Amino acid sequence: MTYAYYPGCSLKGTGRAYEESLLAVFRALNVDVRELEDWNCCGATTYMSVDELASYALAGRNLALAARENKDIVAPCAACYLVLNKTQHYVHDYPDIKTVVERSLASIGLTYSDKVHVRHPLEILLNEVGLQAISARVKSPLKGLKVAPYYGCQIVRPYATFDDQLNPTSMDRLLEACGAKIVQYPLKTRCCGGSQKGTLPEVGLDLIGYLLAEAQKRGAEVVATVCPLCQFNLDVFQKEARTDQKSVSIPVLYFSQLMALALGAPANAIGLQRSLVPVTPILAKKEIAYA
Amino acid sequence: MPEIQTPSGSDAVRIGVYVCHCGTNIAGTVDVKALTEYAAGLRDVVVAREYKYMCSDPGQGLVEKDIAGHQLNRVVVASCSPLLHEPTFRRAITRAGINAFFLQMVNIREHVSWVHLDKQKATEKTKDLVRAAVRRVALHKPLQKRKVPINPNALVVGGGISGIHAALTLAEAGKQVYLIEREPTIGGHMAMFDKTFPTLDCAACILTPKMTTVVSHPNIKLWTYSEVVQVDGYVGNYKVKVKHKPRYINEELCIGCQECITACLYKEGKFPDEFNLGLSKRKPVYLPFPQAVPQKVVIDPETCIEFKTGKCKKTCIEACGERLAIDLKQKESFEEIEVGTIILATGFKTFDPARNPHYGYGRYPNVYTSLEMERLVNAAGPTAGEIVLRDGKRPKSVGIIHCVGSRDVNTNRWCSKVCCMYSLKLAHLIKERTGAEVFNFYIDMRTPGKGYEEFYDRLLDEGVHFIRGRVAEISDWAVHPSEEGKLVIRAEDTLAAFVRRIPVDMVVLSVGLEPQADAQEVRRMFNISCSTEGWFLERHPKLAPVSTFTEGVYIAGACQGPKDIPESVAQAGAAAAEAMVLIDSQFVELEPYTAFVMEEECSGCKSCIPLCPYHAISYLADKKKASINEVLCKGCGTCVAGCPSGTIQQNFFEDQEIFEEIEGVLAYA
Repeated sequence: MTYAYYPGCSLKGTGRAYEESLLAVFRALNVDVRELEDWNCCGATTYMSVDELASYALAGRNLALAARENKDIVAPCAACYLVLNKTQHYVHDYPDIKTVVERSLASIGLTYSDKVHVRHPLEILLNEVGLQAISARVKSPLKGLKVAPYYGCQIVRPYATFDDQLNPTSMDRLLEACGAKIVQYPLKTRCCGGSQKGTLPEVGLDLIGYLLAEAQKRGAEVVATVCPLCQFNLDVFQKEARTDQKSVSIPVLYFSQLMALALGAPANAIGLQRSLVPVTPILAKKEIAYA
Repeated sequence: MPEIQTPSGSDAVRIGVYVCHCGTNIAGTVDVKALTEYAAGLRDVVVAREYKYMCSDPGQGLVEKDIAGHQLNRVVVASCSPLLHEPTFRRAITRAGINAFFLQMVNIREHVSWVHLDKQKATEKTKDLVRAAVRRVALHKPLQKRKVPINPNALVVGGGISGIHAALTLAEAGKQVYLIEREPTIGGHMAMFDKTFPTLDCAACILTPKMTTVVSHPNIKLWTYSEVVQVDGYVGNYKVKVKHKPRYINEELCIGCQECITACLYKEGKFPDEFNLGLSKRKPVYLPFPQAVPQKVVIDPETCIEFKTGKCKKTCIEACGERLAIDLKQKESFEEIEVGTIILATGFKTFDPARNPHYGYGRYPNVYTSLEMERLVNAAGPTAGEIVLRDGKRPKSVGIIHCVGSRDVNTNRWCSKVCCMYSLKLAHLIKERTGAEVFNFYIDMRTPGKGYEEFYDRLLDEGVHFIRGRVAEISDWAVHPSEEGKLVIRAEDTLAAFVRRIPVDMVVLSVGLEPQADAQEVRRMFNISCSTEGWFLERHPKLAPVSTFTEGVYIAGACQGPKDIPESVAQAGAAAAEAMVLIDSQFVELEPYTAFVMEEECSGCKSCIPLCPYHAISYLADKKKASINEVLCKGCGTCVAGCPSGTIQQNFFEDQEIFEEIEGVLAYA
């Protein structure tokens, strides 16, 4: 099966490392993805808070494009994943929203379809590829690297489509299959602060601080994320974040970077150099091979 | 009873139609006047009437009077479900002198007024249904119920407090009872408790004497470690197949001395003790708990060295000596019994809190379920009643979380009814024995019951804390030094309107009650129904709370829905009494809906014979025809549908009757 890969804005910008590493993982595991032709903004955050209907129409256009290609859509960014799911739910539940979406798509010659499955890479890797196949392809095992698996909110709330809403474990299992050691991290679905760092910085810095300090206290050597905004918040604001620790310093990577590393991809091809808190010292300490 | 006259075939059909308002139950949604007028104009209808409560004395009187005055020979009653009042009207028309089966009920309440809103359309639907009934009833033939004797023996399934009480009640009344329990001991959940609410009297002191009475009662045959695997027959005459699981002990010879347990090669218990929910260890040979009934040990082949390797020194057999009670070659065995009535008292299971991962059960060792807590506070439990954490220390603070797996759209919607009260009981016991601060997190306190609210008041006076709010999360995530090393309960205090974080040493999850995991298989085996949640369904929620839709099968205790000990005992007594009504009536009347072969048309192809689940069809070799034994036939209709030439018909469901009914419902007015 070929999937329509929907990167969204982040994976072409601040989240480039996510795209680079995820595509490397897909290549290594023979998951066939093609970037969705002529995709547009997913309609998340800004649109959703200013003009909800426009946001559904934008998401609807991406779904219609995937339907035209007759493919499932893969949305790695948590915000894109949520807005695509939310659009499908709202179009299904509210006839007036459906009318607007259908009418606006019709005006550009597209047809809304509820047949497109919105998929998340975690779920595809777990269910379509499988843990055994992944373990079998690991070239550079993570050697018990202690990882705090951090899922954030958007892939489990409000729609827990493929994992447990309160205690998701899909990323835990994928990283374990690559040789990592998962630390108990009860904050795995707590808020990363979202955009609060921009609007109410002290709130945002508190929330970021909780997550980082707790990961560090529990002995994690790396935080793994599935969301560009989470990664950004946790990586960028470590110095300013308010914690009860003297200091926090912990690399924050996309789960796909850790997987790609284990599958033998070169460090610079999967964006390891793009993080502010470097991961290479801990890799060197653990004698985890990276090229 | 007057002589039952039946109109002969040549008599003209004279039908009376009776439309019931059922107060406003029907009349609120159906234009009963219009329906009655419509019915009056139908073919063969001589008289049609409406009345507020047709099932009442005056209502039945109307029917009886018309049968005499209008020489009616068929009656249609448009009212509620035949399950409720078909027997009522059959009696009425029999009193007036016509055969009970010249009646057709039309269910315009459950099938119409209770499920529709549009009065006009609802009324049209009732007209269709009445028209069908009028067409059908014209073809009804006179039938007689069959009378069969009732086997006076009774079966009680489940040896918890409900089953025990039901069995003892029947046995005291002189009935022979089989009591079957799948665990190695009777006692059920109640045997696990230390105290009972709200009186705090000792559970063992009130339960164990009853357990002992069961085992010594001459009228009770107790089979533990046994399960019902098959049920055949019908009311008054059930055939039940029971499986005895091998306990590798000859129950006749075991005297309960437990010397085999002492002699076992394992010096200490090594395997999770089921009765203590894994809070202690047992040996491969064990007695579930000291007061178990019967006092017969069990050998667990999963953990016994001899079963696993065949190389054990078998010191247990040595210790048993001349008693020769240990039989490692024992196999499961089956036994068939015949009973007339059955009481199901199969109980409940507790909610598995692993389904609520945010409460950390299984991840944090000091998060316990309430049932585990019952064992911890029990003087005969794994810690002899000491309330201690996993590391052996006494907790200084304990949180009790109500409604875990109850009143929750994500798991179970129902209120489990007993949790508020048992949480109060546990709070009291924890406070009394450890002096810990105890925090109850509740949604609503539900304490209706004799002395229950007073018990709640007492707990408030004792200084137990009550916080109104469903707990969001239990974690070991500390944000303040006072929370380090503790379990932090996070909940919105909805009375104070802010979020609390309360660090505690120990958490008790007050888990809700659920139907047994195999409730669906059991209900199918006994041919009864379940509610959507999986609780066994009573025949009527108010007026027949222990009967089921299967005659002769009764339910008691928590298998019907969450209930506490007094309610379970009350139901068990009621079920036993209802069973005795049947037993003492000595005979049961069976519906005459049996199948029959129209001999002249039967080709003798024999295809019906293997189809019959009750072996009621035989082949008459001399006539080369099939023949149905009316006593064995249950009227399931399989042979009727299966007969290639349509030669088998069923009383009350003859082809012509069904076709007329279909044509009636489809015909335009």
